[in-house]
Amino acid sequence: MSGNNKHHISYGTYIIVWLALLAFTSLTVTIAGVNLGRYTLFIALSIAAIKSALVINIFMHIKFDEPIFKVFLGISGSTLFIIFLLTFFDYIYR
Amino acid sequence: MSDHQEAAVHQLHRDDAGARMGMWLFLFTEVLLFGGMFLVYAVYRYQYPDQFHLAARELNTTLGTLNTIILLTSSLTVALSIAALQNGNKFLSLILLSATLLFALTFMVIKYFEWTTKIAHGIYPGSPELLTKPNGQILFFGLYYVMTGLHGLHVLVGMVVISFMIVFIARDKVTPDNYVKLENSGLYWHLVDLIWIFLFPLFYLIQ
Repeated sequence: MSGNNKHHISYGTYIIVWLALLAFTSLTVTIAGVNLGRYTLFIALSIAAIKSALVINIFMHIKFDEPIFKVFLGISGSTLFIIFLLTFFDYIYR
Repeated sequence: MSDHQEAAVHQLHRDDAGARMGMWLFLFTEVLLFGGMFLVYAVYRYQYPDQFHLAARELNTTLGTLNTIILLTSSLTVALSIAALQNGNKFLSLILLSATLLFALTFMVIKYFEWTTKIAHGIYPGSPELLTKPNGQILFFGLYYVMTGLHGLHVLVGMVVISFMIVFIARDKVTPDNYVKLENSGLYWHLVDLIWIFLFPLFYLIQ
């Protein structure tokens, strides 16, 4: 039986992660009501990034997968980042 | 190894890691698909920041928040159903998957009311009322309909996939020893959740 994910995550861990996700959701909704000017978008995206990290690491169990999956993730994440970077570089300085 | 032995080994061989890798590769194509749309959103929001803020006021933050909670919870139930099957609890796994399906349906029903309310107010792509508004707002609502629409389509596909998993588990095609199909369906469902995690603050929380 090759490759069945050997690391079993307990119900408790999933529920804690879910509670954390709900907490971050209420945090981001609360903060959205406060006027923070130019930082609003940055904070909202940071919270979204933290929530994604929780989902990817625990729910999608990347944290417990073989390193190759992390490499995959890194490459696709960097690709997207570079596309954004180059587009804005072009757009802002044109 | 003789041919006979090789054939026997081949029959037993199963590459679950390979199956998951294939699923991840597919998910990356999905990330690029949505990534392109997020890019369009980013450029136009940069170009029309004030009009994006103004247009976003029309969206219902309460319904958006509710849908976020529903989708996060549905992600939990999928993850738990895999854990339940790993522990050999077929019944619990089926219950949790059915719950996921129910959450997904609730998400779509809320989405339906949200869209129909907007359309009743005359805000839909190409509507006469929308076309009287400035460019930035037209773009905001265009992106809103395309991005949440494509996401909603993914939710519908996810519901079909999860229904198949329920049947597979019930018929013992997916078992505690062989559940990579369920795992991959879970990965897909979590991706749908991930995309919503970014759609939510970008559309509903920018007033």
